[in-house]
Amino acid sequence: MPTTVRTKTATLKTLPGDDVRQIMWRYADRFDLQMLATSARAVARGPVARLVASGARNTHEWTPEKASLLKEYDASGITAAFMDSAYGGYLEGPKNMALSLTAFELAWVDGGAATASLAGCLALAPIHERGTEAQREEYMKRCSPALNPEPARGAFCLTEPLPYVGVETGLLSGKVKIVEWKEGEEPLLEVNKRGRFITNMGFANFVTAAVESADPRIKGSCMVILEETDPGIYDRGGPTKKMVHQLSSTNDPVFQLKIPASRIIGGYQVKDGVIVPHYDHAEIIEAVFRRTRVGVGLMTAAKLLSAIEPLLRYHRDRFRGGESTTPGTPRYDLGLQQKEDVLHRMLEVWATGEAAASLGFAAARIYDELDPIEKEKHRILTEQGTGRGMSAMRALRKLEPDAVKIVKEGGSSDSPLIQYLLLDSVANVLCPATKLWNTGHGANELREAVSLMGGYGITEDCPGFLVQKWTDAQLEATYEGPEAVQRRQLSATMTNEVFLAQFETWIRDLRAIASRIPATGACALATAMQMWLWTLRHLQHAKDADGNKLYQSARQGVTFPMADALCWLMSARQLILDTMELEAKGRDNPSLSEGFDGLMEFYTDLCSIQSARTAGEVGRICAELVFGYNRHTQWNDESCFHRQELVTLEAIIPGIEAVASDVVEDDGSHPSKAGPCVSFTGYAEFQALRAKMDGCVTGSQLAKDRAAESLIAVMIPAALDYPA
Amino acid sequence: MSYQIVVCAGIVPDPLQTLEPVSTPQGPALKNEAMLPAVLDPWAAHALYEANHLAKNMPGSKVYLVSLAPKAKLQQVLMTIAQKVSFELIALDGPSTGFTDSHDVAAALAAAIEAIPGLDKSRLLLFGGWESAARAAGATLSMTGERLGIREQFQGVDSLTVGSDGSFEIRERVEGGKHLVSQCSGAPAVLGWATGNLPEPPNSPQVGMQNMRTVMPALQKAKPAGVAVTQQYASVALPKQQRSTRIVRDVAAAEVARELAQWIRGAH
Repeated sequence: MPTTVRTKTATLKTLPGDDVRQIMWRYADRFDLQMLATSARAVARGPVARLVASGARNTHEWTPEKASLLKEYDASGITAAFMDSAYGGYLEGPKNMALSLTAFELAWVDGGAATASLAGCLALAPIHERGTEAQREEYMKRCSPALNPEPARGAFCLTEPLPYVGVETGLLSGKVKIVEWKEGEEPLLEVNKRGRFITNMGFANFVTAAVESADPRIKGSCMVILEETDPGIYDRGGPTKKMVHQLSSTNDPVFQLKIPASRIIGGYQVKDGVIVPHYDHAEIIEAVFRRTRVGVGLMTAAKLLSAIEPLLRYHRDRFRGGESTTPGTPRYDLGLQQKEDVLHRMLEVWATGEAAASLGFAAARIYDELDPIEKEKHRILTEQGTGRGMSAMRALRKLEPDAVKIVKEGGSSDSPLIQYLLLDSVANVLCPATKLWNTGHGANELREAVSLMGGYGITEDCPGFLVQKWTDAQLEATYEGPEAVQRRQLSATMTNEVFLAQFETWIRDLRAIASRIPATGACALATAMQMWLWTLRHLQHAKDADGNKLYQSARQGVTFPMADALCWLMSARQLILDTMELEAKGRDNPSLSEGFDGLMEFYTDLCSIQSARTAGEVGRICAELVFGYNRHTQWNDESCFHRQELVTLEAIIPGIEAVASDVVEDDGSHPSKAGPCVSFTGYAEFQALRAKMDGCVTGSQLAKDRAAESLIAVMIPAALDYPA
Repeated sequence: MSYQIVVCAGIVPDPLQTLEPVSTPQGPALKNEAMLPAVLDPWAAHALYEANHLAKNMPGSKVYLVSLAPKAKLQQVLMTIAQKVSFELIALDGPSTGFTDSHDVAAALAAAIEAIPGLDKSRLLLFGGWESAARAAGATLSMTGERLGIREQFQGVDSLTVGSDGSFEIRERVEGGKHLVSQCSGAPAVLGWATGNLPEPPNSPQVGMQNMRTVMPALQKAKPAGVAVTQQYASVALPKQQRSTRIVRDVAAAEVARELAQWIRGAH
């Protein structure tokens, strides 16, 4: 295999544009998606940016100015992006990439605007995913801008119980009971629900709400559709006084409504006089959230990348205009870019944004790939009479060894069920990883971006609305399942053997990349992945100093950090894969050929920077978990020698007295040191991996220095392309 | 009454980009121009919007967009433009740097227009920009018209009104913010548009998807235009005037106008 050796340094010539992104995020041949992205961009950098700049965020209320954005979404195809062509949509097939790109573009300017666009889709998603044909027909048509000049708007109402009362999010606040059931007629239900933090509630015409039975004649839980015209109380409630995402409407509504049972999403059957919904609320929510969470993660990624241009401009222009700063001097030309710290910290923001975007779009693509296979899986299992829920899971679990075998043998399968297992196991990691890492770590890096803008950063006038983007990220880390929920999901899905089998092949793939292009840092990342895997296997069997099992559901001090570490690995890996895609396809693009070497150098260096940071994080986490649950030796432990004991041993092993350091004297005194040294018996492999990984980050700081040259040289536009 | 409206439009770097002339073995160029984001030449874009408006009001009319530009770059621009109005694309692959000779470009454009299947010159309206943001001389459209044998030519057009007898009333910009109003018996005619009166249409991916059915095949079969930078340039420089961007808020229009007037007086 030929090895690419970098002999000279080329720098980035222009900021990465659509040509670059389309290749990296694999939609260069999807013109429908490209157009949707440019359309969403025009709305973001036009009406949305003007609203933010004019101070529309300074109110909690849903104002006519904010409402005008809905019309913009309708006119620009954003609303219809979710619709199937039968209902006025224009995109064929799965819509995960489409919605992700829309969210990305809108969040580039304002996260709340992106949330408002996604919330409409979220309201329809339960109906789209699990609704009956009649429900789909009615609500998709009513919400389609192509079919209605005034399309209906929806809100999604799961509602965790009121905060600070010590209840889990698995519990629902809504109740449903039967108020009338005449012989041969459809039952009439009464829904009582209090919502909290419900997006779109300031204007929603209908609500898809999760409720649980308060009636022995209704089984379990379900989701229902509530209409504003239903008899009873449809109180939108007051606006939530949130400090972020003010361009989205958020209220705390109250419902007490009578609805026909046909509003149960997905329908129901009557069994022994009991209404049995076809889908409980958890099944529907699972089908919905696993997709929509990706878009939320991408919102934070967009904001990180959007910070680059304003930061570059601020740093360069920082001292211009001052009397003592004359053109041609380094102070005038470079401004704050003279300072290495500014350049290095900014590269970390940039690398995080790239890795977050790569991870999120990879997750979105997987769901696009998974959607038809999932439908096929459902069809096959139905034909087999397997059923849904746990029985389907059990049936699939029996196939997992086959899937693992296929992965280990490097083969493929025509079986939709095996294909489903392979893809689903990866999606079940990438989705929570996107939601968790992009928003959580992304928020930290956005704070860094704000600080890189100095005092200007925390003002309303800061170009790029950086302080708003930073604080918005906190909400993105919270809604649709806060960080703990994502960590909990990961701690279960990351131990799936089908996933882990693929994880092992990814390590080999990264080694192959490292062999060809060492500067990517793929070697460090592969070793970090190997260390993570070793640690996971160790933790799954190891016990703490008190004999308690380490890797178990309740031991979040073990499982959650491992989930965090995996997120770092997945994002850094995806950045390397996307950079390799750029290397493979970018050179043939005439628009990129002029500056391609510099572009590749820069992205390769970003990969190295991100891989080194990842290796550092993973090494720290793994070391803490591997050693941290062992009790430190004490001076009165058996591991310490007593002087008299050594004297005796000296007769048998000459010289031992001279080399033993942890010795307790006859009077009980001991050397003045922190404590007796711990034993590493059984950890040789881990220690070897740790040492190897530290060595693997060789060159990563040089990569930072090289990439810093690009920050100084890259051309940027004269002004931001949206008002601030 | 229906027309075949052919809009000639090149692409130019996004106006917000910083432009820097450089010398290359192929002649003068702009630094990193191929990598900079591009837009449809703003004057020609106005012509396209006017063409679309006219075609909508004249049933049976059809709009063609003829563009000489690097294919890959043109494709990116079309991802936006194709969402705004309906048209059939005729693409020519070639440089759009503005350093090419207008004479050569006009010859390539005219040949491409002549080759449009079913072209009826008696119904032909040739639209384009009066000026160009491509550092071109603004002469290409006139020469293209001449080559197509169209003698009725109007430049700096702000409005076109079609009479019931098919005649045109055309308003061209002249000095002092006034317009020259001309009467013309009808097609064929060349109209070099100023800004017109129409706003930029919003993006509509639905319109874009319809256009893409013809846009992508047109791009794939775009032939090399056979134009190159052959002439010698003694020197190339940016205009002396520097861009000075200032962001202001909550300022009344009258105050903005007063400040501008003061600045203009100061500049003279």
